[in-house]
Order: sequence, then C-alpha cells, then structure tokens
Amino acid sequence: MSTTDFHSLWTAAAEPLGEIPTPEIEYVQLAPVLIVVGAAVLGVLVEAVVPRRARYHTQLFLSGVALACAFAAVVGLALSGHATTKAQISAMGAIAVDGPALFLQGTILLTSLVAVFTFAERRLDPAHHGHRVDSFAAEAAAVPGSDHEKAAVKAGFTTTEVFPLVLFAITGMLVFPAANDLLTLFIALEVFSLPLYLLCAVARRKRMMSQEAAVKYFLLGAFASAFLLFGIALLYGYAGSVSYARIADVVDGAVGTVDPALAATMSNDVLLLIGFAMVLMGLLFKVGAVPFHMWTPDVYQGAPTPVTGFMAAATKVAAFGAMLRLLYVVLPGLRWDWRPVMWGVAIVTMLAGAIVAITQTDIKRLLAYSSIAHAGFILAGVIAATPDGVSSTLFYLAAYSFVTVGAFAVVTLVRDAGGEATHLSKWAGLGRRSPLVAAVFAVFLLAFAGIPLTSGFSGKFAVFKAAAEGGAGVLVVVGVIASAIAAFFYIRVIVLMFFSEPHPEGPTVAVPSPLTTTAIGVGVAVTLVLGLAPQYFLDLAGQAGVFVR
Amino acid sequence: MSFPLLTAAAALPAAGAIVTAAVPAARRTTAKWLALLFSLGTLALAVAVMVRFDPGGDRYQLTESHAWIKDFGVRYELGVDGIGVALIALTALLVPFVVLAGWHDADPLETHSKRWRPTQGFFALILMVEAMVILSFEATDVFLFYVLFEAMLIPMYFLIGGFGDRAHAGGDDRAAAQRSYAAVKFLLYNLAGGLVMLAAVIGLYVVAGNFSLTEIAAARASGELDMATNTERLLFLGFFFAFAVKAPLWPLHTWLPNAMGEATAPVAVLITAVVDKVGTFAMLRFCLGLFPEASRWATPVIIVLALVSIVYGALLAVGQRDIKRLIAYASISHFGFIVLGIFAMTSQGQSGATLYMVNHGISTAALMLVAGFLISRRGSRLIADYGGVQKVAPVLAGTFLVGGLATLSLPGLAPFVSEFLVLVGTFARYPVAGVVATTGIVLAALYTLVLYQRTMTGPVKEEVRAMPDLRPRELAVVAPLIALLLLLGVYPKPLTDIVNPAVRHTMSDVQQKDPRPDVEAAK
Repeated sequence: MSTTDFHSLWTAAAEPLGEIPTPEIEYVQLAPVLIVVGAAVLGVLVEAVVPRRARYHTQLFLSGVALACAFAAVVGLALSGHATTKAQISAMGAIAVDGPALFLQGTILLTSLVAVFTFAERRLDPAHHGHRVDSFAAEAAAVPGSDHEKAAVKAGFTTTEVFPLVLFAITGMLVFPAANDLLTLFIALEVFSLPLYLLCAVARRKRMMSQEAAVKYFLLGAFASAFLLFGIALLYGYAGSVSYARIADVVDGAVGTVDPALAATMSNDVLLLIGFAMVLMGLLFKVGAVPFHMWTPDVYQGAPTPVTGFMAAATKVAAFGAMLRLLYVVLPGLRWDWRPVMWGVAIVTMLAGAIVAITQTDIKRLLAYSSIAHAGFILAGVIAATPDGVSSTLFYLAAYSFVTVGAFAVVTLVRDAGGEATHLSKWAGLGRRSPLVAAVFAVFLLAFAGIPLTSGFSGKFAVFKAAAEGGAGVLVVVGVIASAIAAFFYIRVIVLMFFSEPHPEGPTVAVPSPLTTTAIGVGVAVTLVLGLAPQYFLDLAGQAGVFVR
Repeated sequence: MSFPLLTAAAALPAAGAIVTAAVPAARRTTAKWLALLFSLGTLALAVAVMVRFDPGGDRYQLTESHAWIKDFGVRYELGVDGIGVALIALTALLVPFVVLAGWHDADPLETHSKRWRPTQGFFALILMVEAMVILSFEATDVFLFYVLFEAMLIPMYFLIGGFGDRAHAGGDDRAAAQRSYAAVKFLLYNLAGGLVMLAAVIGLYVVAGNFSLTEIAAARASGELDMATNTERLLFLGFFFAFAVKAPLWPLHTWLPNAMGEATAPVAVLITAVVDKVGTFAMLRFCLGLFPEASRWATPVIIVLALVSIVYGALLAVGQRDIKRLIAYASISHFGFIVLGIFAMTSQGQSGATLYMVNHGISTAALMLVAGFLISRRGSRLIADYGGVQKVAPVLAGTFLVGGLATLSLPGLAPFVSEFLVLVGTFARYPVAGVVATTGIVLAALYTLVLYQRTMTGPVKEEVRAMPDLRPRELAVVAPLIALLLLLGVYPKPLTDIVNPAVRHTMSDVQQKDPRPDVEAAK
C-alpha cells in the first residue's frame, strides 16, 4: 500500500461525521423475525419472574404461539405478494424479503413448531420423585453425578431455558437465508449457532457425551465461523462493500465509485476466489458436507434427541438457503469458477455419507451419516444454477426437514432402562412388538431412501431433474449410485425391525403425549402428501424461486 | 366421461388391501374372506376390461388422462393394448388362487404378541402388489410406470421376508436369517436396477420434455424428436438394465432362486408369475416403443444373454436338490425364452413371448402351488426327502405331473403353443439361436421328469406314508389352473386374437417386418 493510501485512510477518518441517519425499518416485512425474537426475550423474562412450577407451561405456550404467529405472518406476507411482485430489500439493505426467503422461513417455522413439541415431551421417562421429566438436564450447570445434580433432580428442576434458547436459534435461522449482506449473514450464523451449542450440552441422560458433543460442535463451529469471517473480510477487500448486490456488481465489472482506501485490492480476483471459498466453507460446515462433516455424527449422537431432530432439519434449511442466495445473487457471474469445486464436494458428500453409514451401529449416527448423504443430494440441486435448481432445492428442503423431525421423534420413543435405546441391535423385532411405531419409522426410512410415493422420492426426482437439465448428468449418475448404496442401510434397519426376533429384555416403546404424537403424525402426513400429490408444493416452490437483488 | 375401468381395476385391490389391513387381530378369517372377495372382484373387472377391449380398434384403449405433477411433466395416463389386457387378465386370474393357496400360510403362532397381525398383513400386501402390478400394465406414462415399478418392491419385500414356510416358522433362526437375506437380496437387486432406470428416466425427460409414451413415440416417428444415437443407446441401457434384473435375465438372475426358495409357495408364484412379468412386459412396451433403434442395436447381445439364460437356467435346474429352487431355475430358463421371443423381432416371436408370459404364469402357478402343498405336508423342500408319493396321494402327484408337463411344454398344454411360436419366430431370423434354444426344451424334460420320478415314484418313504391327499381347498386352487392349461393348449385363439394386433404395433415401432419365409431369408 502506498503512502497516499495510508494518508487517505487517516484523512477519511478525520472528516467530521455527518449525522447518523435513522435507519428505516420495515416492521411489517420483518414481522416473522421480530415475533420470534420478541418471544425469545419474553422467554428469558419468564425464567426470571415466573414461579418455577408454572414455567414449563408458560414457555411452551409462549413458544407455540410465537411460532404459529410468525408462520401466519410469513403466510400473510406471501399472500400479499411479497414473495413475488413486491419482493424487496428491507432494513437498510440488510435483509431480503423475497420468495426463497419467505418459503424457507415458513419451512423453518413449521418444522421448528413441530420440533418444539418434541422438546416439551414429558411422558417418555418415568416420573422422578413425583415430577415429570423431559429430555433435558435438571440443572445444566450442575456437574454430572454430583450431589448438586441429585438435589436438582430431587427438587424436580427442569431446564425450561431450552425454550427461549431454541427461539433465539430460530431467530438466527430465519435471518440466515434472508441475509442480504455478509455481516448480517455472519451475525445470523452466530445467533443461531450459539444457542445450538448450548442445547447440545443439556441432555438429561448420558450427560458427559452430551457435553462432549457440545464442546466438539462449539470448537469446530467456531473454527468454521472464523473461516467465514475471514472470507467476509477478503470479500470486503475485493468489493469495498459487504452488500450482496454491490459485490455482484463488482464481479460483473459494473464498478461504481472506488473507495480510495481500497484501490489496491479492489477487483483483485485472488481476494474474491479465496474469500468466497472461505465463506463457502463456513456454510458447507453448517450443512455437514464432506470434508466439513466431521462434527455431524458425534454431535447428532450426543445431543438430546429432540435437539438433534431440530438441528438436523432446521439448520440444514437455513444454511442451504443462505448458500443458494450467495451463489445465485452474488456469484452468478462466477459460475464457471465455483461449479467444479461444488461438483467435487457434492460427489464426495453423497458417496462418503452413503458408504460410511453402512458401518454404523447406532441409529442416531446412522441418521447423521444419512443426513450427510442428503446434503450431497441437495447440493446437486443447488449446483444446477437454474431457476428449477432453486425451486427443487426449496422443495427438497421442505420435504426432508419434516421426515427428519419425525424420524428423530420416533427415536425418542424407543427406550430401555438407560434412556433411549439407540444401539441398532436393540431395535431388533420392534415391528413384532409395536407394529405401528415400526411401520411409521419404516415410512420415514423409505422416504430417506427415496422410494416412490414418499416425499423423499419427489424431492430426489426434483433435484436430479434440475441437475440433469443444468448439464450435471454426472451428478445424477453418482447420486443414483449413492442412493442405491444408501438404500442398503435403510433397508437393514427395516429388516432388523420386522424380520428379527425381538430380544426378551429389549427396549420398550414409550407411549408419548399428544405432543410427540403430533410431531410424528405431521411428519408422516407431509411425507405421504408430498409423495402422492406434490404439485401444489412444487408450484409454491416454483413461484418462490426468484431472488431479489 | 365413461367409467374409468382401468383405474377401478387397480383401485379395487388397493381398497381391498386397506380394508383387509384394518380387520382386527381376532377376526383373521374375515380378513381372508375379504381378500378373496376383493381379488375375485378384481377378476370381474379384468374380465370387463377384456370384454370392452376391441382387438381391431385403436392401439391404446380405455384411456384415461389426468394432470398429476405438472412440474415434472407427469400425467396420470392409462391405456391398454392387447399385451396389457392379457397380462392384466393373468394377474387378476392368479391372485385369487394365490390367496386361496396361502389361506393358512400366515396364521399367527402362539408365541406372537396379540397386536401382531400377520394374517391381515399378508393378504393386504398381496392385494397391494396386485394393485400396483395391474396399474403398471396400464400406465402409458413413463414416470407413473417407474413409480409403480419401484413401489411394488416394498410390499413384495415384506411378503418374502416376513412369511416363511410353516414348517420353518417359529424359532428356527437359520430359516429366518436365510429368508431375510433373500428378501434383502431381492430388494437390493431390484432397487439398484430401478435406480439406474431413474437416471435414464430423468435423461429421457431432459431429451423429450415429457413422459407420455404415446407423445414421445409419435414425436420420434414424425422426426420431431431427434435423439443422438449415443443418447438413445444409453437411455435404452438404463431402462433395459432394470427390466433385465426384474425379468430376470442372466447374469442378473441370482436373486430369484433365493427369493423363490425362501418365500412361501403362493408368494413365490406372485414373484415369478406376476411381478416378474412387469419386466418382460416393459421390455416390449418401453424398450422397443421408446428406443427402437437402440433396441435393434442391442439385439445380438440380448439374444445371447437370453440363450445363456435358457441353457444355464435349465442346467442348474437339473442339478437342484431343492424343489422350489428347481422351479426358480426353470423359470429363469423360461424367461430366457420370453426375452428371446421379444428380441427376435418377428411377429411370431413377440406373439409367442406374450403368450409365453401368460402360459408360464399359469403353468408355474400350478406346479409351484402343488409343490407348496407337498412341502407343507412333509416340512422339507429337499427332493431327497420324498419318494413314492403317488401311492399315498395320487391326486397330488397327478396334478404335480400335469404342472410339470406344462412346464416342459408338452403339446396339448398351453405353454407348448407359446414356446413353439417363439422358436418359429426365432428360426425365421436367427436359425442358430433357434437351435440353441431348443436344447432348453430337452433339458426341461430332464429336470421335470427327474423331479417327478424322485419325489413321486419308487418305494414309499417312511415319512410320507401318512401324507394326506389334496384337500378340497387345495383342489379348488389346482383344478381350474389345470383346466385353463388344457383349454389354452387346445384353443389359444381368444388370447392370440387380443395379442396379435398389439404385436403388429410393436413391430412397426421398431420398423421391422417379418422375414419372408423362403429359403433365401432363412439363410
């Protein structure tokens, strides 16, 4: 950097600041986010002022109502044309309110609502000392196995903080796919990641494993966030702005006024490519794509199962949404640079997820690897780089998230003396003992495997079709091979459930409250409806497929 | 709008499946009767389809078309040609016998929990398979066909894996493990085939822009849709692979002996006589209809594979020690004949292949079901465990013999007509292939008669001395099938009248004319 550049830096800073303008906030368009974050803040207050015994019901009510209202707000916005004709950038350029954003927000809100029901389930474990217990530690701060913990259990404490925490996480997830500048993207990422790290750590049983999962997730997640942030800095150096539209302009060569301080670095493609690769790394970490997937199995296994379900579904939706916006809004001009890399990532992700899953013996780890394989399938749609690619990815995300929440909800039901019986050998003969639960789980597994007449097939067909039309026939072939491999382990679980003799001292299936029943019921209903008659939802995703810039 | 007969023919068994599955655990006899009633009702609808079908009319009749998934260019399009009608009739005909033959196959054991309802499940799954198979014979939309082609694997899988021979049921871990292995092998083979086809289905959409069989064929014929040679060949291979697994053709056949050996006899009939026909049917309708040039290109290789299937299947059948596996290998040999007839690209060959599908269905059903009755009496599938049965159970032995003779294509029984047509059709174009295929008949005589001789004749074995003869229910299963074999053997005209016009259409799809039957062409 030359001296004049330095000089101009100083002089620019020395200029008297003008009046800071009052930001214009479009409260109506941001209503979904504001409702959820408002409820989260209220939830914190509830923890502070409401008596302990009333907290659970207050929190459940508050979260349920907030998520339902936020969903209603999303629907209202979509109906009044904000998804199509009135799509716009709001909050001073920070947040886009357009079709993909609203579709993803709607999906996140609905899956979260269902997931919150599984959070609130208190009938699965036998009552401790006369208190009903949920999946979360009596007192998260108590050292596992200590007297302190025993006292907390005896007193019937529950960690009702999970409700405001999950609401904060949902807030971040709502903003993430709608973020229209890199800083908002980063902040949204942190807002949803930090509560998730905490939620992972508060399992009631196997607490050490849960805490280990949280630490792993936190450390690796922090690493990924750092990459993302570094990438943002480089992109700022490249474009002189963090706004998506502005970066896209610079990429296209339509450069406006050059900031003198950045004259040396602006439009330097090295910064663009490295910066962009780092931002992508951060996002690929969140979706669990190979080679950034290492955290997935441990975290999925260690976290309380309702949290795993929530995380597996909603995080994926949010992160893929952000990735879509980044690739389609910021970098359409760079397609030839990012496509080969993403092809590689998609192929490796599909194959590695499917192959490694075969060796798993724990149902939660199995589902974790399956989620990696699915991330690969979704990437195939993302890479298509056509309007069909966007809408098929949106559709796949919606279909996948409900199956996931439902499948993990079933996992919470199969229990033995040590809590959930997640080792596969314990699932032997489940179909003989509880035909209904096993049949429901089989439906979810078939949907994961992409068997026709389930939502998994519609989704897979949509993304593969988009990929083939986008010229990625190789991805389709690899995807088909990976599906065949993946089918093997889904089928293995079905074999185990239906064709093996049950162990005499095997796990029992807990009878859940209407909360979990609703979650599973919604999962099955969505799976079948999207499998048999997906047209309406494909239309919805198709209309929502246009990004505002 | 006229009555949607084709939809009804598939919807009735589907409804039957739901009703049967909903019957409470204690009322399992009700479930059986309901399943029988629904399958008979389906048979009535299939007869109605046959009656309403005009062999001299349009190629696809009784058509229905509704929007389904607009985004994928998919319509719910149904229509039948003569080949479809014949196979729908076969399916609807066999399922009541399957139900009747499997009457006691899925009764719950004492050890089962009260909530486990195997009987209801068994019959509901059979009806579900029937619904999907019938609909797949009717689908003229490639996507719709694909969906059914894949979806029918799931109920089939549970039928194979979930219900074994009574003799083994309950506590015999090894039998359960073998059964579950067979079911998984069946599913993985077919699923892999289906997924390869999925890639081709998507490829077809990218090339053609829609999934309608009639539209694509019309666009291809008029030259509007021009496929690059390599594209067409790749797509053809994708489709053919799936159908060759299903059919099954050597070397993709290895799942069939496992599946048929471990499944109960009625389920084995469902596999080989009904579900596998979807594979050969689809070769005729989709491979030849959509990719005529690629079909001609691949013909030499496919004929060789078919010949290998014929001879190899028959040779292995000779060497089998297990009755059900023997019938399975015989079926592989017969599927070789069907594929040979289809790809001989002559009208006799293709008519013969279609008739073969029907006749093989009936004859295998007769043989397999009687074999099932035999096995249920002795509790063993091994040929060596039997001997002299004809002295203690003459009716059983007699029906077994007729089923066996039908399998070896004895003149006067139905399979003879079709095998003869296939061979004539093959000779006309590929004399050498015809000669090789004929050895299959000789071997068929060997394995069938040796099977009969070892099990039914000779000194009566101690264990079979008290063997009861066929019961009325069992007789009610076997007698009509044998009557039908005789009837179609002497008078196949009703069937050929329906099939022949459809075959002419298929021949024109692949732009083939029969070689003139003079000496020059035969060279």
